[in-house]
Amino acid sequence: MISEKKALTRHADVPGMDVIDHYIKDGGYQGLEKALKRVPQDIVEEVKKSFLRGRGGAGFPTGLKWSFLPKEKTKPFYLVCNADEGEPGTFKDRIIMENDPFLLIEGMTITGYAIRADLGFIYIRGEFKWIAEKLEKAIEQAKKKNLLGKNILNSNYCFDIKVMRGAGAYICGEETALLESIEGKRGEPRTKPPFPANVGLYGCPTIVNNVETLACIPFILQHDAETFKLMGSFQAAGTKLYGISGHVNKPGVYEYPMGTNLKDLIQYAAGGVKNSKKLKAVIPGGLSATILKADEIDVNMDFDSCLKKDTMLGSGGIIVMDEDTSIPEVAMTTINFFTHESCGQCAPCREGLAKIQQILKNLLAGNGTANDLKTIDELANIINGSTLCPLGEAGALAVNAMIQKFRPEFESLVN
Amino acid sequence: MSTTPSPHVVGDKEYKLSQQLKDKITDLSAQYPEKNSVIIPALHLIQDEFGWVPPAAMRQMAQLLNIASNTVFGVASFYTMFNNKPVGRYHIQICRNIACSLNGSKELLEHIMKKLGIQIGEVSNDGKFSVSTVECLGACGSAPVMMVNDVYYENLTEKKVDQIIKSLE
Repeated sequence: MISEKKALTRHADVPGMDVIDHYIKDGGYQGLEKALKRVPQDIVEEVKKSFLRGRGGAGFPTGLKWSFLPKEKTKPFYLVCNADEGEPGTFKDRIIMENDPFLLIEGMTITGYAIRADLGFIYIRGEFKWIAEKLEKAIEQAKKKNLLGKNILNSNYCFDIKVMRGAGAYICGEETALLESIEGKRGEPRTKPPFPANVGLYGCPTIVNNVETLACIPFILQHDAETFKLMGSFQAAGTKLYGISGHVNKPGVYEYPMGTNLKDLIQYAAGGVKNSKKLKAVIPGGLSATILKADEIDVNMDFDSCLKKDTMLGSGGIIVMDEDTSIPEVAMTTINFFTHESCGQCAPCREGLAKIQQILKNLLAGNGTANDLKTIDELANIINGSTLCPLGEAGALAVNAMIQKFRPEFESLVN
Repeated sequence: MSTTPSPHVVGDKEYKLSQQLKDKITDLSAQYPEKNSVIIPALHLIQDEFGWVPPAAMRQMAQLLNIASNTVFGVASFYTMFNNKPVGRYHIQICRNIACSLNGSKELLEHIMKKLGIQIGEVSNDGKFSVSTVECLGACGSAPVMMVNDVYYENLTEKKVDQIIKSLE
């Protein structure tokens, strides 16, 4: 058996958390109070010690990212919360923002202090309009309580947060595309370096962190780095929100120690495969992650363990497929998505994905040829590493892995 | 939460930005470190007003912000949420991505199209409904999911869809 640990969902069972008094009564804002008594650099060190890694998918150490900001401040610094949540299979940030908006706002307020930011943005996917409105209301409440705005809690620290809605572009989850979008441009990823910590929003030093990452910060400051670390498993720090969807009895978002076994999550958290069917495959970390066959799911769900199994933790969006699932159909859904969401800047991604899409479409229509699977493999290898951002290779490699692991199903489509 | 109908405005002369909307856009633009950050929020406001983003309205917005119309067109055409042609007063968008398709969204789409007598991208003759597919809406735990205007409907079944459509008047 596995047991839930609640760091991020600790207020989840308390209704009315979108009212600031309720949040404060339940222990909220203790992290900020403690943080403001320390110097900013001290908080960066505490977060480094916690081994918190970015929950958006890349798993970059959060404290280290913060420490990349210039030492001297000659321009405004910005903090941007990535709430674009577009990776298929991912629906975890939504529950934080919907159920516990002040957790995110407190996390941003502490982070803003730690990184000496002047202004914060929450870039939220455009479809989450009601959540954006909820966040705006929460921000107003925090301002009235002097927990946001000028001289927060009578310190000299001033910080404000603006909510910005996207408009249905998956690529804006990529941090530089996101910054372009806030600047009012097409969401096309930038060439890196320079990285946002040096040249970010409006050309100023900027830190971009995911919702779940920022929501970990109040806990770390309210308790300490060590307590946060111990919420995880021996190989990985903290808890993780796992979103489990597809063919399971109890789809939903579950908080468990980082590194909890995938098999156990499906069996115990999500109640196993629906309708007593057999398991066929699992995509463990959002649609970009490499698919796992039923006999490959004995994997600990943390960044390093997943990499060792040639897949990735990504956003922790676990998609479960039963024995009746057609993997070629899943591959088609996958390539349709990535082709649609390619921003079009880089030819290998724009043209390569469209070519794979066409080949798969022909295959599924019964018009495939013997060479098709080899061509897809070649295209995937060409796209891999030849683009400004990982979108193209994510799509191509995900589809290619489906072909390699379920080859007979694809071969049977060739006449 | 229930869906309110969006305007279904057709015909070029209707696309005049009201003074109120212009003021709102101008005020909003002053709240960002750089005024161009208002482009996407302003496009949302225009779509709220007309149900889509008509070129005539985008030109007026560009003029108001003193930027090139093409800049605004370029931004609007990048983001799939901005409708480049009129949609129905109830614009139904059904998710076609992984979790929803595993849970029957394809069959649900067929059902909706049959029921309303329209195909993807079409508007019903009375201007009431339009249907499109959409990529992941970030609600995979309650798949299949659709959006009608700004509102999410989750854990859908054919029966539930029928009730929802019936409730939209």
